[in-house]
This record gives sequence, structure tokens and C-alpha cells, in this order.
Amino acid sequence: MKLKYKQKSLRYSLLTYAMVLAFYIICEIMLMTGNMSSLMKGMLVPLCYYSILAVSLNLVVGISGELSLGHAGFMCIGAFTGAIFAMTGGASLPGWAELGIAIVLGAVVSGVFGFLIGIPVLRLRGDYLAIVTLAFGEIIKNVINVVYLGVDSRGWHFSLKDSLSLGLEPDGQTIIKGAQGITRLPRNATFTLGIVMLILALFIILNLINSRYGRAIMAVRDNRIAAESIGISASRYKMLAFVTASAIAGVAGVLYSHNLSTLQSSSSNFGYNQSIMMLVFVVLGGIGNIRGSIIAAVILTILPEKLRFLDDYRMLIYAVVLIAMMLFNSAPSAIAFRERIAASLRRSAGKEAADE
Amino acid sequence: MSSFISFLINGISLGSVYAIIALGYTMVYGIAKMLNFAHGDIIMVGGYVVFVATSMYGLPGWLAIICSIVVCTVLGMTIERIAYKPLRGASSLSVLITAIGVSYFLQNAALIIFGADTKSFNSVVNLPSIKLMGGKIVISDETLVTILTCVLVMVLLTTFINKTKTGQAMLAVSADKGAATLMGINVNRTIAITFAIGSGLAAIAGVLLCSSYPVLSSTTGSMPGIKAFTAAVFGGIGSIPGAMIGGILLGIIENLSKAYISSQLSDPIVFGILIILLLFKPSGLMGKQIQEKV
Repeated sequence: MKLKYKQKSLRYSLLTYAMVLAFYIICEIMLMTGNMSSLMKGMLVPLCYYSILAVSLNLVVGISGELSLGHAGFMCIGAFTGAIFAMTGGASLPGWAELGIAIVLGAVVSGVFGFLIGIPVLRLRGDYLAIVTLAFGEIIKNVINVVYLGVDSRGWHFSLKDSLSLGLEPDGQTIIKGAQGITRLPRNATFTLGIVMLILALFIILNLINSRYGRAIMAVRDNRIAAESIGISASRYKMLAFVTASAIAGVAGVLYSHNLSTLQSSSSNFGYNQSIMMLVFVVLGGIGNIRGSIIAAVILTILPEKLRFLDDYRMLIYAVVLIAMMLFNSAPSAIAFRERIAASLRRSAGKEAADE
Repeated sequence: MSSFISFLINGISLGSVYAIIALGYTMVYGIAKMLNFAHGDIIMVGGYVVFVATSMYGLPGWLAIICSIVVCTVLGMTIERIAYKPLRGASSLSVLITAIGVSYFLQNAALIIFGADTKSFNSVVNLPSIKLMGGKIVISDETLVTILTCVLVMVLLTTFINKTKTGQAMLAVSADKGAATLMGINVNRTIAITFAIGSGLAAIAGVLLCSSYPVLSSTTGSMPGIKAFTAAVFGGIGSIPGAMIGGILLGIIENLSKAYISSQLSDPIVFGILIILLLFKPSGLMGKQIQEKV
């Protein structure tokens, strides 16, 4: 029995990696044969970081069962950590070394913030947790939006007013210019790197889910009191899931910032709408279904671009599709209807088999 | 001192708008146990209806407001019927995502109908403003009307819930849906009425908001919607007096931090205070602490 469970989870994981690899190979072949439009080329790296974000949010929402609406905040922290490193310490390093260190830094800083934010947040339940994560996401975005950060021979300078009040020496350099953000970034993230990071994120999350820790996290999700009564520390395992997800979202943020030449902490980049979009990926892909999150993230990122010929009606149709999909997937009457159809199909198939 | 008082009064006025929106949030949450993310966009629809009625058809202000309330009430009930009712019994996350879909739909429909440029909104309130302390404090007519409307709404709503049969049914459904059905209460109808009232209140809030801050675009409602949601949680989501107090406190905090600390940091301060409050009172100011049982 135990062996069977292990085989099943192993098959699920392998199939997920295979799916990502197949996607990578198809895209590379299309790139080499020149069959890819420039629009699609520009979307390859975003597809990677949106998939990473969806997978990591699914760890919080699906596996740990906490509704988080602030995931974009962690992405924002990772993005700015990576970008600051690219502008300072990493500027003299070769590209691959700079990216590697930036990713590690992004993950660590974002994970630390995840831990700090997790302490108050994970004490709350349900919808209260949702609003507080949303609040944290907005705080992170708004505070970074007014920060001025500079560096010179005397060290780091920090201000909330303007770049003049940094008081930089002539050799100094302003890194974050408030709402203007960080400009002239290197833009060296590649599709291959994105896929490697996605597989790494999948490896971490799938192994976590199928480990002793993952089963403890799910036990807390299913019944907190029962889990605590057999000695599972609810807060510890919730925190484990939350910090892991924040660190991985930080990696996605580093990819994001290395795919842009200008990084701003605006509502359209890191606002609550972004967090909600990630939640849509998770819910449509199936809560707790890691592979589904990737598929939903890819489809829902490409769909609005493919609908571009509809101009203004694009997002309207997207909204209608979203509502229709939710109704079809989750409405009790729709589920009953689908089951009836499936049953009648099975019956007719059975009849044919009997006739032969 | 006089500037402090006028910031405070403007804060109460902004808070009154939040409170009216938060009432809609909290009522729907109390009864249907769902976060209606599209609630903020009903505000925007309410604003646009008044804009069309006054600027294009030249209707008088009061008639435009009635039109707006009617349109929003019907819209709220239609949304509930089409998008939320089939999902009754499904997980709360699916309902949340559907509400987000409805919110996208309303925003983009408004974008297509009215275009991307912001419209300037003519205030529907045209009374003389009040001067106090020898002209040092000027209270604009919009501010005064907003505060008075908020008080009126609160009184009417409390009376409605406590004195009428429908109001009592709403309380019963929010306390225990199953038991309410057994007592012969039509749960579906009660939920529909709640959505109607909430959307009507959103229309009023939309008119007041656009009169005080006279710009109108397809995203006008989303940030006030989120703030009102914060206010509802602040006061304890599901509690009607809580939504009122939460809304007004939030408006005051926001306005004072805009005036004395930084206009860009006012949102983080508001959200920060919410987080600190929830640390000490995890179910908001007036929310009920629900004991978990095995």
C-alpha cells in the first residue's frame, strides 16, 4: 500500500517534469526553425516566472490551505533584491555568476520577509488571513515605491524624500529613484534559465509535498486540532510552507527584474491585482494540483495575448471565460450534469461492448 | 488646530463613504459567507449612471441618484442570480474567483462603453458650504451631505434589520442557514435581497465618492472597494456597527496620515494599523470570536 502511494506520487512528479521539458524542447525547436512570432518570444521568460509563482502560491493555498492575496509582494522583494545586486555588486561579474548570486539573494531576502510576515499572519484564520496578506503586499509595494537608495564610497544611503536628500558623494550612484524605480537593468534572463528555475522550484515543492513535512502540512490543513493532538506543530508547518513559497516567489521576482530594463514598484507590476491573477492560476489549475497550476498559468498568460485581435473586447471576453470556467468547474449543478453525461456515456459504451 | 479639525472632518467624510461601502461588504459576507470582490465596481457603475443621467440627459441630481440606485440594485441582483447562485455550496475560493471575474467584467465593460479617458464628474450636491470659527474652518456641502447620508443609512438599516420580518430573516440566515430553512425562511430570496441592499448602498457611495473626488474612470471603484473591505475587517467582518466604526476610523486615519506624514505612505499606514489591530483582536473590533470545536 505504502509502495503504491510512493509509486503514484513519483509518477506524478516525473510526468510534471516531463511536461515542462517537453514544453521547453518544443519551444526551442520552434525558436531554431524560426516558427515563433516575436510576441511569443517575448513571452517565454514571463511564462516561466508566472508558472513558478503559480506553483509556489499553490503550496500556500492548496497544500497549506491558507488563502494568501499578497504573493506579488514577495515577488516584488525578490525583484528589487535581484535588481539592486545587478546594479551594485553584480555589475562587474560575468552574467551567469551575477544571475546565480542574484537568485540566491532574492530567495534568501524574500524568505526572510516571508518568515517575518508569517509570524503575525499565520496566527489568523481564513478571510482575515487573506486581507492581512493583501495588506502586506500593498505595504511592500507602496513603501518601495517611495524609497530612494544610493551608494557611494562612504556606503549605502537611504531616504524617503528625494534623491538630493541622499547626500551622495560625487562618485555616488542612485540606485532606486522612488517611483521611477531602477533604470538601465542588464536584461539577461533567458528562457533556459527560466525553465531550469521552474524545474528547481518543482523539485523543491514536489519533494516537500511527498515528504514527512508535506504530509504534516496537509494534516494541519485538513484538521488543525486533530493534527495538533498527535503532536504536529501547526504553526511550525504552516510557516515552513509559507517561507518556502515566499522564497520561491522571490526567485520568480529575480527572473522578472532581469527580464526588464526598468523596474518600478507600481500597482500594475506588484499590486494586489497581480496577486489575484496568480490566485486565478491556482484555482483554475486545481487547488493543490501542482501540474494544473503550470498549465493554467501558461494558458491564461498566452490567452490574453492571443485574443489581442479582439482589441478592447479582449479582457471582457477573458472575464466571461473566467466566470464560465468557474461555473462549469465548481457549480454543484454543473458537476452533477457532467456526471450524468459521463454515466450515460459509460452506459452506452457498456451496451456496445455487451452487443459485441 | 483649525487645520487639524478640518482634516478630521474631511476624514470623517471619507470614512462615511468607506462605511457605506463596507456595510454592503459586511452584509453580503455575513449572509452568503463570500468576499464579493465585485462590490467596488458597483460603486463605479453607480458613478457612471449619475454621470450619464446628468451630463447627457440633463436630469436633475435627485432623479439621477434614484436612477443610479435602481440600476445598481438590479445589477447586483442579476450578478447574484447569474454568477453566484449556481455556486452555492461550492468552495468559497471558487466563489471568490468568480467574483473577481465579475469585477474584471464590469471594469472592462465600462472601459469599452465610456473609453479610457477619465470623466470629470459634476457634483450632485449644490448647497452653500458652512464656515465655522470665523471662516477658519470651511466644511464643504459635499462633506456635510456625505456625513449626514451615512448617519441616515445607518439608522435606516439598523431599523430595517431589527424591526422588519425580512431583516430578521437576514439575521437568521447569517446565524444558521440550515436552521433558517427549517423555520420556513426562503434563503435564496433573503440572499437576493441582501445583494440588492448592498448594491443600492454601493450606488449611494459611488455618488458621494464622485461628488467629493470628481474624477470617474473604470477603476474608480477598485481602491475604495479594497479600503472598504479593510474597514469591514477592521470592524469585524459580518458586524454592521463594526463596518460603520471601521469605515470612519479608516477614513480619519487615512486623511490625517496624508496631511501630517506623507501622502504616498497613507495606504501603508492604514494597512499597517489594520495588521496591528488584528494581532491583538484577531476577529476585528466588534467581530465575534468563534471557538473551534473538535
